[in-house]
Amino acid sequence: MLLENVKLALTGLLANKMRTFLTMLGIIIGIASVIAIMTVGDAMNKSVMGSMGDMGVNNISLYIMQKMGEDYDYTSDTFVRDMKDKDYVSEEMINDLTDHFKDKVEGVALKKSVGEVKIEDGKKYANISIEGVNNPALKQTKVKTLAGRGFSENEQNESRKVIVVSDRYVDNMLGTEPAAALGQTVEAVIDNKYYSYTIIGVYEYSESQAGGMGAGKSQKDIRTSAYIPLQTAIIQLREKYQFDELEVVAKNGADQGVLATEISEYFNNKYYKENDAYESYAYSMKEEIKSMESMLNTQTYAFAAIGAISLLVGGIGVMNIMIVSITERTREIGTRKALGATNGCIRLQFITEAVVVCFIGGILGVIVGQIFGIMASKMMGYSGSASVGGIIFCVLFSMAFGVFFGYYPANKAAKLNPIEALRYE
Amino acid sequence: MAEIMTPDSMIKARGIIKRFNVGSENELEILHGIDLDVKKGEFVSIVGTSGSGKSTLMNIIGLLDKPTEGEYLLDGVDVCSAGDTELSHIRNRKIGFVFQTYNLIARTSALKNVELPMLYAGVKARERKERAMELLELVEMKERINHTPDELSGGQKQRVAIARALVNSPSIILADEPTGALDSSTGRKIMDLFHKLHEEQGITIVFITHSPELATETERILTLKDGAFIDERMGIRYAS
Repeated sequence: MLLENVKLALTGLLANKMRTFLTMLGIIIGIASVIAIMTVGDAMNKSVMGSMGDMGVNNISLYIMQKMGEDYDYTSDTFVRDMKDKDYVSEEMINDLTDHFKDKVEGVALKKSVGEVKIEDGKKYANISIEGVNNPALKQTKVKTLAGRGFSENEQNESRKVIVVSDRYVDNMLGTEPAAALGQTVEAVIDNKYYSYTIIGVYEYSESQAGGMGAGKSQKDIRTSAYIPLQTAIIQLREKYQFDELEVVAKNGADQGVLATEISEYFNNKYYKENDAYESYAYSMKEEIKSMESMLNTQTYAFAAIGAISLLVGGIGVMNIMIVSITERTREIGTRKALGATNGCIRLQFITEAVVVCFIGGILGVIVGQIFGIMASKMMGYSGSASVGGIIFCVLFSMAFGVFFGYYPANKAAKLNPIEALRYE
Repeated sequence: MAEIMTPDSMIKARGIIKRFNVGSENELEILHGIDLDVKKGEFVSIVGTSGSGKSTLMNIIGLLDKPTEGEYLLDGVDVCSAGDTELSHIRNRKIGFVFQTYNLIARTSALKNVELPMLYAGVKARERKERAMELLELVEMKERINHTPDELSGGQKQRVAIARALVNSPSIILADEPTGALDSSTGRKIMDLFHKLHEEQGITIVFITHSPELATETERILTLKDGAFIDERMGIRYAS
């Protein structure tokens, strides 16, 4: 019966193509705007999250910053003094941290930025930023290794001059396959000093890893990271093994918000209680992203709700056309009733017709919305997409609209007096 | 019920009164207590000029309307107490309508039109198609099963409509001026079809017309005037 009704509705709708299309148009525009907004919202989300993504979502960032007591005056510049060795996080403190929180902490990612350099060789050049990383930090970059490997314990401890570069660097400077680059040297001049590193690994450059900062530049000019062992960097920079910033990698399943608080409390109580000017502060990246994401999502939903208003207008259009269609088909309704159609049959027939219009309109709306949404987000430099759940919801919502706006006309048709309907001219 | 239903009675109506605008100033009594008996397999015509109340009577016989007063038994079933949905089911299974204006469903093939009453009866698709084909063959419309109403002539449309009326093997065929919109030769063929159905298949037919000439072809002619039967005669064709 239902299948017959759907077929019947399709035949009826096909017979009046133009009218059907115009009726659907309202639904199409409504659904399309909702889907487009969702897609653009998703792209916006990604563009904001992209820059945060490479910081690692399992990380808790720990900073050393000036103490801000109860009487701290936020309006004036109350700089106390420069950081001294005792203010920094030392190797012992890091070991203590990993030991104390060994159930919840995977490791501590440490980085030292060596510098941004342009490597040149005749006409060839590549922009890289050299970073000293320990092994947890290299792992945190989550890059895909194309050839070679990361650093061994020995290379880390003995501050070997080895380097992991991007495939983009290899392409620019050597023009070979990643594997062929292994063993080649990178010669860099940093602060008027000459350094030479042996390539031991090549990773795949990705835009999301670069956090969108590379977007817009020509492929050749994009600055990519090159990693050297942390100890090597420390020696080159003539620094000590101490940090004012580090990333604690949490184990899976650990509540990061809680862990961040625990870590800063532990550090402050143990190491910075006596400190006159500095203390530690830890926060969870995941928590930050979560709150940012929920804010962006709220915004998207708010816009989508505005888009849904046009859907309402479309729904009223469907209702209008259903009333017209039923008036036109009064005799048909009378005939059907004479032939034994119950009120329920007639009601179902017209509700089905409205639902079919809204369903097809919904599908077309999704397609149109996707096209516009993807085009708009491409312009923003990010590829967004509406969630599958969102799309299904939109189509179902549109069908529910069909039932809602089809019910009144369908019920009107069902209640027609068969004698009057048959006599209708 | 005072009277006992005879086994061969198809329609037994007693004291049918129909009033419109009941209770208001312009209350109007259209039918003034009509008694009607139609036997199984009978071909009866009801003749009357317009305004005689024949449409109202037809609506009541066809269960599209309820009498204000009176009793009506159709094929042994008291239909006066039935609700809307039940009436739909009775119409579906016991009554086959043939209208003056054919009333085929537009943009729908002859086959689908004939299948329609079976759809409402809940018959399975294959069975529907088989039965519809069978009846379209009976009315000699087998060649045009896929034509839509606007591709058919008046006579062809009426044949399809007759097939549709017969499809659920109803107790009676209720034909309201079935030849009214047709030219005389086409009308003749439709009348012949009714005779064939009546004679060969023993189908009960109630034929409503304003034309006394066509009415004389039937077994029994009832003349309706101002809401009451004024005459009952035997038809010429079956008199001998």
